[in-house]
Amino acid sequence: MGAQEFSRREFLKVSAAAGGFALSAGWTQVFAQEKYGSDSMPNGAVDNPLVFVSIATSGIVTITCHRAEMGQGVRTGMPMIVADELEADWNRVRVAQAPGDELRFGNQDTDGSRSTRHFFMPMRRCGAAARAMLEAAAAARWGVPAAEVRAQNHELVHGPSGRKLGFGAVAADAAKQPVPSRDQLRLKKAAEFRYIGKGRTRIVDGVAMTTGRAVYGQDVVLPEMHYAVIARSPVYGGKVAGFDAAAAMKVPGVVKVVEIKETPIPSAFQPLAGVAVIAQNTWAAMKGRDALGVKWDDGPNARYSSDAYEKALTASANAPGKQIRSAGDVNAALKSAAKHLKADYYAPHLTQAPMEPPAATARIRDGRCEVWSCVQSPEAARNDVAKRLGLKREDVTMHVTLLGGGFGRKSKADFAVEAALLAKELPGKPVKVVWTRTDDLQHSYYHTVSAEHLEGGLDKEGKPVAWLHRSVGPTLMALFGPDSKLESPIELGMGLTNVPFAVPNLRVENPEAAAHTRIGWYRAVSNIPHAFAIQSFVAELAHAAGRDPKDYLLELLGPPRQIDPRSVNDTWNHGEDPKLYPVDTGRLRIVTETAAKAARWGRKLPKGRGLGIAAHYSFVTYVAAVVEVAVDAKGQLQIPRVDIAIDCGAQINPERVRSQMEGACVMGLSNALSGEISFKDGRVLQTNFHDYQVLRMNAAPRAIHVHMVPGNFDAPLGGVGEPGVPPIAPALCNAIFAATGKRIRRLPIREQLGT
Amino acid sequence: MVSVKINGAARSFDGDADMPLLWYLRDVLQMTGTKFGCGMALCGACTVHVDGAAVRACITPMKAVAGKSVVTIEGLDAKGQHPVQAAWRELGVPQCGYCQSGQIMQAAALLKEKASPSDADIDAAMSGNICRCGTYTRVKAAIKRAAGAKGA
Repeated sequence: MGAQEFSRREFLKVSAAAGGFALSAGWTQVFAQEKYGSDSMPNGAVDNPLVFVSIATSGIVTITCHRAEMGQGVRTGMPMIVADELEADWNRVRVAQAPGDELRFGNQDTDGSRSTRHFFMPMRRCGAAARAMLEAAAAARWGVPAAEVRAQNHELVHGPSGRKLGFGAVAADAAKQPVPSRDQLRLKKAAEFRYIGKGRTRIVDGVAMTTGRAVYGQDVVLPEMHYAVIARSPVYGGKVAGFDAAAAMKVPGVVKVVEIKETPIPSAFQPLAGVAVIAQNTWAAMKGRDALGVKWDDGPNARYSSDAYEKALTASANAPGKQIRSAGDVNAALKSAAKHLKADYYAPHLTQAPMEPPAATARIRDGRCEVWSCVQSPEAARNDVAKRLGLKREDVTMHVTLLGGGFGRKSKADFAVEAALLAKELPGKPVKVVWTRTDDLQHSYYHTVSAEHLEGGLDKEGKPVAWLHRSVGPTLMALFGPDSKLESPIELGMGLTNVPFAVPNLRVENPEAAAHTRIGWYRAVSNIPHAFAIQSFVAELAHAAGRDPKDYLLELLGPPRQIDPRSVNDTWNHGEDPKLYPVDTGRLRIVTETAAKAARWGRKLPKGRGLGIAAHYSFVTYVAAVVEVAVDAKGQLQIPRVDIAIDCGAQINPERVRSQMEGACVMGLSNALSGEISFKDGRVLQTNFHDYQVLRMNAAPRAIHVHMVPGNFDAPLGGVGEPGVPPIAPALCNAIFAATGKRIRRLPIREQLGT
Repeated sequence: MVSVKINGAARSFDGDADMPLLWYLRDVLQMTGTKFGCGMALCGACTVHVDGAAVRACITPMKAVAGKSVVTIEGLDAKGQHPVQAAWRELGVPQCGYCQSGQIMQAAALLKEKASPSDADIDAAMSGNICRCGTYTRVKAAIKRAAGAKGA
């Protein structure tokens, strides 16, 4: 099918519905329109095979992946869906990576655990349409009705005569066939799937990743390339007050020193103020930066200190805030309850710390800017570069490399804008901006910090009759608008307002908090503090009631039922149709019971050992985890085993669902055990992996068992990348309580067990 | 002038002898398989073999490798079929893959020293290599598989 463009009419049809939305604008759009799923995202979904599939005369099928690979397996999963419907032989499939161009490819913002659930059907239609075009071309060649021709494992077969043609032999003819309309397509039945749901497809980048040939943002190499590192304002909103360019220029290999102007708060995805050193290699650039002696004008956030902020947040969580959801009369029920429990939880800032620190390479020539970078949202990055350079979108190309981890950090392509600004200083020559680990930890878009105040009332039998939850923390919306102090519907909808408990008197409040750093999204986002507090408090209530925590959790979930998200003031519902995606407590019960059963919940354990359980619904997926801990007399903690159960609907690539759950366990434990970014005088205190500690193999669970609830391929799909994370921290803390009687209410756990 | 063997080829470098081997490999030779993760020997992404031992390239100055033989992920096996690499692919270890060059080089060095490492041996050898995607259980399983394949 070659590299045909859309037909002009097709192109117009798509672009008329589209616009160059920045991510923030995209979110506003989510609320403004009654659109769901991929339709609710900027530039929607495209299912045109001419965009995604090309077949060479050799028979090699090239499928374009338009989403960013960051470890979730999308470059395998997405093309695999197309290949399956196409009846292509996976061994003869190659995967191409799309540049940022949402008018052509549809939404490319690889974020929110959305890729598979939004593009499963469009990619199937894409493959099925390409298959129909091949079949039609073969039928025309043979002069037989198209209905007599079937594509089968990379061949076209004429049933009655048994004649066969390879895909390559009819590729050129097929490209000239009209693209069938959606209602003409014959999609496979699940029983006919060759790759979908099987989990036997090896990851497409496996060889490249194990031989050093995989190219990440940090790895881009271009002729005449220069390297840059940047000293950035240590305080959000600060400005450059002075620096010694001459000292940096004295370092051999340094070519140029460039100041990057600050972006006024809120700065969205534009760079921080800084001074860049461009050199012939990264080492020289680093040494040049050391010599700069930059002086900063710190600006309005210079007094941001985590110690004081924690106290202020906790105080806010203990005073009334904006009412988000209310049922019954919580105050009266708490007053008349046999037991009234209160608990304050705290979860600190975190940072994504992908193993690949951010990096981007840019080159400007003939008025056009070309960028190569590890970006999760290449269209947003493209628009941000265009905006800052004053170029038209059409004059910016955004190539997408592999991402050495993303976790939300690489959704915000300030680093790509930096590279573009520096490329302007060396016309015609590529400049690669390298972020060091310290740069990454100190200039990230941080996971929020939050205080969670819970109160519960139990009746004489220990049954929960009242539930009060106040959640307070700076919102990521503060990135886009001034004075955003309340959690947005997105954050509220992450397990807070939509807590699915069967408690007659229930109130959720959200007091205000101001942001003093760049708040961003981090894998699972606000589900992390919400699930930590809620699922810990459930175990606390169970203990007060003298009940088994698993049984008590199931009782709080109540009987299997479908909750309309709108009925619990969740206006977001992860962007999905509330009719297709109600909150199903039955499914949450099943994953809870599955994890418990697999972990042999209730078994006798030796002293110092304990099991903890937690369940959480996020990204329209249901996950429960049981963590087993062993704590010795000195407070040393080991994790012999984790059982995690997921119901994300049908699993398209079960093998990668499994690996995502394994990874989510490790990241969830990492968050809980040691994750903390803290500020003093507006500055991040952590500098590298010795003081921002992430989980290493010696502390990782000895075994992780993933249990996947079977799903129906005709039913709506759930997310996979993020929903494994939220239940892990509370399951761990509940296990620690079971093992030691010590209740953890402040994360990270670090030395709280006595070591 | 520093003379060094990189994946069997003789090289000489007349730049800053304090430059870490990592940047020589990545920027000067443009061999980007060895990754930059922390610059302080805290994450292991830059692990290479120097005279057969696993070393963090990010803190190893060029002058320290003068006269030595360096093997990087690109040179571990000419066909990319070292038992560790094969086991990594069979078990689907990589997620994002960024740390895996370092994990593989560290694991290969371990197996050269201990053909059948215990869990404790693996923990001790591999805990300097961070994987933020959390592939540890598969890394461990793949090392055992590679050890089995080597022993066979």
